[in-house]
Amino acid sequence: MEQAVFIVGALICLLGASGVVGFRNPVHSALSLVVTLFGVAVLFIALEAEFLAAVQIIVYAGAIVVLFLFVIMLLGVDQTDDIGLEPLKGQRPAAIVAGALLVIGLVAIVVLGAVTGERSANAKVEPLVPNVEQLARSLFTDYLFAFEITSVLLVIAVVGAVSLARHRREAFVDELPHDELPPEARPEPEPAPSDEVTA
Amino acid sequence: MMLAASMGSEPYLILGAILFTMGAVGLLVRRNALVMFMCVELMLNAVNLSFVALSRELDDLGGQIAVFFVLVVAAAEVVVGLGIIVSIFRRRQGATADDLSMLKG
Repeated sequence: MEQAVFIVGALICLLGASGVVGFRNPVHSALSLVVTLFGVAVLFIALEAEFLAAVQIIVYAGAIVVLFLFVIMLLGVDQTDDIGLEPLKGQRPAAIVAGALLVIGLVAIVVLGAVTGERSANAKVEPLVPNVEQLARSLFTDYLFAFEITSVLLVIAVVGAVSLARHRREAFVDELPHDELPPEARPEPEPAPSDEVTA
Repeated sequence: MMLAASMGSEPYLILGAILFTMGAVGLLVRRNALVMFMCVELMLNAVNLSFVALSRELDDLGGQIAVFFVLVVAAAEVVVGLGIIVSIFRRRQGATADDLSMLKG
Protein backbone atom coordinates (compact mmCIF):
# COMPACT_ATOMS: atom_id res chain seq x y z
CA MET A 1 0.00 0.00 0.00
CA GLU A 2 2.59 2.54 1.00
CA GLN A 3 4.76 1.48 -1.90
CA ALA A 4 2.02 2.28 -4.38
CA VAL A 5 1.50 5.72 -2.80
CA PHE A 6 5.23 6.32 -2.82
CA ILE A 7 5.59 5.41 -6.49
CA VAL A 8 2.72 7.66 -7.54
CA GLY A 9 3.97 10.54 -5.38
CA ALA A 10 7.54 10.15 -6.59
CA LEU A 11 6.44 10.16 -10.22
CA ILE A 12 4.39 13.33 -9.66
CA CYS A 13 7.38 14.97 -7.96
CA LEU A 14 9.89 14.05 -10.64
CA LEU A 15 7.61 15.07 -13.52
CA GLY A 16 6.95 18.42 -11.86
CA ALA A 17 10.60 19.01 -11.09
CA SER A 18 11.69 18.29 -14.64
CA GLY A 19 8.97 20.68 -15.78
CA VAL A 20 10.28 23.45 -13.50
CA VAL A 21 13.77 23.07 -14.90
CA GLY A 22 12.81 22.35 -18.50
CA PHE A 23 9.91 24.57 -19.53
CA ARG A 24 10.84 27.68 -21.46
CA ASN A 25 7.89 29.74 -20.28
CA PRO A 26 8.14 30.88 -16.62
CA VAL A 27 4.37 30.49 -16.19
CA HIS A 28 4.62 26.82 -17.11
CA SER A 29 7.52 26.44 -14.69
CA ALA A 30 5.42 27.91 -11.89
CA LEU A 31 2.55 25.54 -12.65
CA SER A 32 4.97 22.59 -12.67
CA LEU A 33 6.15 23.77 -9.27
CA VAL A 34 2.56 23.33 -8.04
CA VAL A 35 2.64 19.75 -9.34
CA THR A 36 5.87 19.04 -7.46
CA LEU A 37 4.57 20.57 -4.24
CA PHE A 38 1.42 18.49 -4.52
CA GLY A 39 3.51 15.33 -4.96
CA VAL A 40 5.52 16.21 -1.86
CA ALA A 41 2.24 16.67 0.03
CA VAL A 42 1.14 13.19 -1.05
CA LEU A 43 4.41 11.78 0.27
CA PHE A 44 3.90 13.66 3.55
CA ILE A 45 0.58 11.88 3.96
CA ALA A 46 2.27 8.57 3.24
CA LEU A 47 4.76 9.45 6.00
CA GLU A 48 1.92 10.19 8.45
CA ALA A 49 2.56 13.92 8.64
CA GLU A 50 -0.98 15.06 7.89
CA PHE A 51 -0.69 18.57 9.26
CA LEU A 52 2.39 19.31 7.17
CA ALA A 53 0.66 17.97 4.06
CA ALA A 54 -2.20 20.40 4.57
CA VAL A 55 0.15 23.28 5.26
CA GLN A 56 2.19 22.36 2.20
CA ILE A 57 -0.87 22.73 -0.01
CA ILE A 58 -2.18 25.87 1.67
CA VAL A 59 1.06 27.81 2.06
CA TYR A 60 3.10 26.65 -0.91
CA ALA A 61 0.56 25.92 -3.62
CA GLY A 62 -1.92 28.44 -2.32
CA ALA A 63 0.24 31.41 -1.44
CA ILE A 64 3.80 31.15 -2.67
CA VAL A 65 3.09 29.97 -6.23
CA VAL A 66 0.32 32.53 -6.57
CA LEU A 67 2.87 35.16 -5.53
CA PHE A 68 5.25 33.84 -8.19
CA LEU A 69 2.56 33.99 -10.88
CA PHE A 70 1.60 37.46 -9.74
CA VAL A 71 5.18 38.72 -10.08
CA ILE A 72 5.58 37.03 -13.47
CA MET A 73 2.51 38.81 -14.74
CA LEU A 74 3.47 42.09 -13.06
CA LEU A 75 6.88 42.12 -14.73
CA GLY A 76 5.46 40.89 -18.01
CA VAL A 77 8.13 38.23 -18.43
CA ASP A 78 5.73 35.51 -19.45
CA GLN A 79 7.22 35.30 -22.93
CA THR A 80 9.39 32.28 -23.60
CA ASP A 81 12.96 32.25 -22.49
CA ASP A 82 15.70 31.66 -25.04
CA ILE A 83 16.98 28.54 -23.36
CA GLY A 84 19.61 27.75 -25.97
CA LEU A 85 21.60 30.93 -25.35
CA GLU A 86 24.65 30.29 -23.24
CA PRO A 87 26.42 33.45 -22.10
CA LEU A 88 29.20 31.68 -20.18
CA LYS A 89 30.93 29.18 -22.37
CA GLY A 90 30.91 25.66 -20.99
CA GLN A 91 28.78 26.58 -17.98
CA ARG A 92 25.93 24.28 -18.87
CA PRO A 93 27.93 21.03 -19.32
CA ALA A 94 29.87 21.88 -16.18
CA ALA A 95 26.59 22.33 -14.28
CA ILE A 96 25.28 18.99 -15.51
CA VAL A 97 28.51 17.22 -14.56
CA ALA A 98 28.41 18.82 -11.12
CA GLY A 99 24.78 17.77 -10.73
CA ALA A 100 25.59 14.18 -11.70
CA LEU A 101 28.41 14.11 -9.15
CA LEU A 102 26.11 15.56 -6.50
CA VAL A 103 23.35 13.02 -7.05
CA ILE A 104 25.82 10.12 -7.15
CA GLY A 105 27.37 11.29 -3.89
CA LEU A 106 24.06 11.82 -2.11
CA VAL A 107 22.57 8.51 -3.22
CA ALA A 108 25.79 6.73 -2.26
CA ILE A 109 25.56 8.22 1.22
CA VAL A 110 21.97 7.03 1.57
CA VAL A 111 22.61 3.56 0.19
CA LEU A 112 25.95 2.83 1.81
CA GLY A 113 25.39 4.60 5.11
CA ALA A 114 23.05 3.81 7.93
CA VAL A 115 20.82 6.12 9.95
CA THR A 116 22.79 6.63 13.14
CA GLY A 117 20.58 8.97 15.17
CA GLU A 118 19.25 7.95 18.54
CA ARG A 119 15.57 7.20 18.67
CA SER A 120 13.60 9.93 20.31
CA ALA A 121 13.46 10.10 24.08
CA ASN A 122 11.04 12.96 24.77
CA ALA A 123 9.34 13.82 21.45
CA LYS A 124 8.03 10.42 20.54
CA VAL A 125 5.38 10.09 17.88
CA GLU A 126 2.37 8.64 19.67
CA PRO A 127 0.39 6.50 17.26
CA LEU A 128 -2.97 7.17 18.91
CA VAL A 129 -2.79 10.96 19.43
CA PRO A 130 -3.65 13.07 16.37
CA ASN A 131 -0.72 14.55 14.48
CA VAL A 132 -1.95 18.14 14.84
CA GLU A 133 -2.26 17.81 18.59
CA GLN A 134 1.23 16.38 18.99
CA LEU A 135 2.78 19.10 16.80
CA ALA A 136 0.92 21.83 18.64
CA ARG A 137 1.99 20.52 22.03
CA SER A 138 5.62 20.37 20.96
CA LEU A 139 5.51 23.75 19.25
CA PHE A 140 3.97 25.62 22.16
CA THR A 141 6.11 24.07 24.86
CA ASP A 142 9.58 23.07 23.70
CA TYR A 143 9.80 25.38 20.70
CA LEU A 144 7.86 28.36 22.02
CA PHE A 145 10.79 30.77 21.84
CA ALA A 146 11.61 29.82 18.26
CA PHE A 147 7.94 30.23 17.37
CA GLU A 148 7.89 33.76 18.76
CA ILE A 149 11.11 34.64 16.93
CA THR A 150 9.39 33.45 13.75
CA SER A 151 6.73 36.12 14.15
CA VAL A 152 9.45 38.77 14.38
CA LEU A 153 11.00 37.35 11.19
CA LEU A 154 7.69 37.61 9.36
CA VAL A 155 7.20 41.22 10.44
CA ILE A 156 10.72 42.07 9.24
CA ALA A 157 10.01 40.37 5.91
CA VAL A 158 6.81 42.35 5.41
CA VAL A 159 8.52 45.65 6.20
CA GLY A 160 11.43 44.76 3.92
CA ALA A 161 9.16 43.83 1.04
CA VAL A 162 7.21 47.08 1.36
CA SER A 163 10.34 49.21 1.44
CA LEU A 164 11.92 47.30 -1.46
CA ALA A 165 8.97 47.33 -3.82
CA ARG A 166 7.89 50.91 -3.10
CA HIS A 167 7.97 53.27 -6.03
CA ARG A 168 10.93 55.52 -5.44
CA ARG A 169 12.14 58.72 -7.06
CA GLU A 170 15.82 57.81 -7.29
CA ALA A 171 16.79 55.09 -9.71
CA PHE A 172 17.75 51.95 -7.86
CA VAL A 173 19.98 50.64 -10.63
CA ASP A 174 22.36 52.02 -13.19
CA GLU A 175 19.87 52.88 -15.89
CA LEU A 176 17.61 55.85 -16.16
CA PRO A 177 14.15 54.38 -15.67
CA HIS A 178 11.71 54.55 -18.54
CA ASP A 179 8.81 55.57 -16.40
CA GLU A 180 10.53 58.38 -14.51
CA LEU A 181 11.82 61.73 -15.67
CA PRO A 182 15.28 63.17 -14.95
CA PRO A 183 15.27 65.84 -12.22
CA GLU A 184 15.47 68.85 -14.60
CA ALA A 185 12.50 67.62 -16.63
CA ARG A 186 10.21 67.01 -13.70
CA PRO A 187 7.16 69.28 -13.47
CA GLU A 188 7.24 71.97 -10.79
CA PRO A 189 5.36 71.02 -7.67
CA GLU A 190 1.94 72.58 -7.43
CA PRO A 191 1.82 75.75 -5.32
CA ALA A 192 0.01 75.26 -2.09
CA PRO A 193 -3.60 76.46 -2.30
CA SER A 194 -3.27 78.88 0.60
CA ASP A 195 -5.39 81.91 -0.47
CA GLU A 196 -8.77 80.35 -0.35
CA VAL A 197 -8.17 78.81 2.99
CA THR A 198 -7.06 82.05 4.67
CA ALA A 199 -9.70 84.22 2.98
CA MET B 1 -3.31 5.19 11.87
CA MET B 2 -0.38 3.15 10.69
CA LEU B 3 -0.21 2.13 7.08
CA ALA B 4 0.45 -1.55 6.80
CA ALA B 5 4.00 -2.64 5.99
CA SER B 6 5.87 0.68 6.15
CA MET B 7 8.84 0.86 3.85
CA GLY B 8 11.66 2.52 5.72
CA SER B 9 13.13 5.86 4.82
CA GLU B 10 15.67 4.99 2.12
CA PRO B 11 13.43 5.51 -0.94
CA TYR B 12 12.29 8.85 0.42
CA LEU B 13 15.86 9.96 1.03
CA ILE B 14 16.91 8.94 -2.47
CA LEU B 15 13.95 10.81 -3.96
CA GLY B 16 14.92 13.83 -1.85
CA ALA B 17 18.48 13.63 -3.18
CA ILE B 18 17.25 13.52 -6.78
CA LEU B 19 14.88 16.44 -6.28
CA PHE B 20 17.61 18.47 -4.58
CA THR B 21 19.98 17.83 -7.48
CA MET B 22 17.37 18.80 -10.05
CA GLY B 23 16.84 22.05 -8.19
CA ALA B 24 20.58 22.72 -8.01
CA VAL B 25 21.13 22.00 -11.70
CA GLY B 26 18.17 24.19 -12.61
CA LEU B 27 19.58 27.01 -10.51
CA LEU B 28 22.86 26.78 -12.41
CA VAL B 29 21.41 26.29 -15.88
CA ARG B 30 18.45 28.66 -16.07
CA ARG B 31 18.89 32.36 -16.73
CA ASN B 32 15.51 33.73 -15.71
CA ALA B 33 15.74 35.03 -12.14
CA LEU B 34 12.21 33.90 -11.30
CA VAL B 35 12.83 30.35 -12.50
CA MET B 36 16.06 30.27 -10.50
CA PHE B 37 14.02 31.21 -7.46
CA MET B 38 11.57 28.39 -8.13
CA CYS B 39 14.51 25.99 -8.24
CA VAL B 40 15.51 27.17 -4.77
CA GLU B 41 12.00 26.27 -3.60
CA LEU B 42 12.48 22.85 -5.17
CA MET B 43 15.65 22.31 -3.14
CA LEU B 44 13.89 23.39 0.06
CA ASN B 45 11.13 20.88 -0.60
CA ALA B 46 13.60 18.08 -1.16
CA VAL B 47 15.15 18.81 2.23
CA ASN B 48 11.69 18.93 3.83
CA LEU B 49 10.94 15.49 2.44
CA SER B 50 14.15 14.12 3.97
CA PHE B 51 13.29 15.73 7.31
CA VAL B 52 9.88 14.08 7.45
CA ALA B 53 11.22 10.71 6.33
CA LEU B 54 13.87 10.73 9.06
CA SER B 55 11.30 11.96 11.55
CA ARG B 56 9.37 8.77 11.00
CA GLU B 57 12.49 6.63 10.91
CA LEU B 58 13.66 7.90 14.30
CA ASP B 59 10.15 8.19 15.76
CA ASP B 60 10.86 11.81 16.60
CA LEU B 61 8.53 14.75 16.13
CA GLY B 62 11.42 17.21 15.92
CA GLY B 63 11.79 16.63 12.19
CA GLN B 64 8.26 17.79 11.54
CA ILE B 65 8.81 20.86 13.70
CA ALA B 66 11.90 21.65 11.62
CA VAL B 67 9.82 21.41 8.45
CA PHE B 68 7.32 23.81 9.97
CA PHE B 69 10.04 26.40 10.55
CA VAL B 70 11.49 25.81 7.07
CA LEU B 71 8.05 26.63 5.66
CA VAL B 72 7.91 29.89 7.57
CA VAL B 73 11.41 30.92 6.54
CA ALA B 74 10.67 29.98 2.92
CA ALA B 75 7.61 32.21 2.94
CA ALA B 76 9.63 35.14 4.30
CA GLU B 77 12.39 34.45 1.78
CA VAL B 78 9.96 34.43 -1.13
CA VAL B 79 8.43 37.72 -0.05
CA VAL B 80 11.77 39.52 0.24
CA GLY B 81 13.29 37.87 -2.83
CA LEU B 82 10.37 38.70 -5.06
CA GLY B 83 10.45 42.27 -3.72
CA ILE B 84 14.09 42.54 -4.78
CA ILE B 85 13.35 41.01 -8.19
CA VAL B 86 10.46 43.40 -8.75
CA SER B 87 12.50 46.44 -7.77
CA ILE B 88 15.39 45.43 -10.06
CA PHE B 89 13.50 44.23 -13.09
CA ARG B 90 10.58 46.64 -13.09
CA ARG B 91 12.38 48.90 -15.56
CA ARG B 92 13.86 46.25 -17.84
CA GLN B 93 12.67 43.90 -20.47
CA GLY B 94 12.67 40.35 -19.21
CA ALA B 95 14.14 39.05 -15.97
CA THR B 96 17.44 37.59 -17.06
CA ALA B 97 20.09 37.37 -14.40
CA ASP B 98 22.86 38.02 -16.94
CA ASP B 99 21.66 41.59 -17.38
CA LEU B 100 22.75 42.46 -13.86
CA SER B 101 26.37 43.13 -14.73
CA MET B 102 26.75 46.65 -13.39
CA LEU B 103 29.50 45.67 -10.97
CA LYS B 104 31.60 44.33 -13.84
CA GLY B 105 34.61 46.58 -14.47
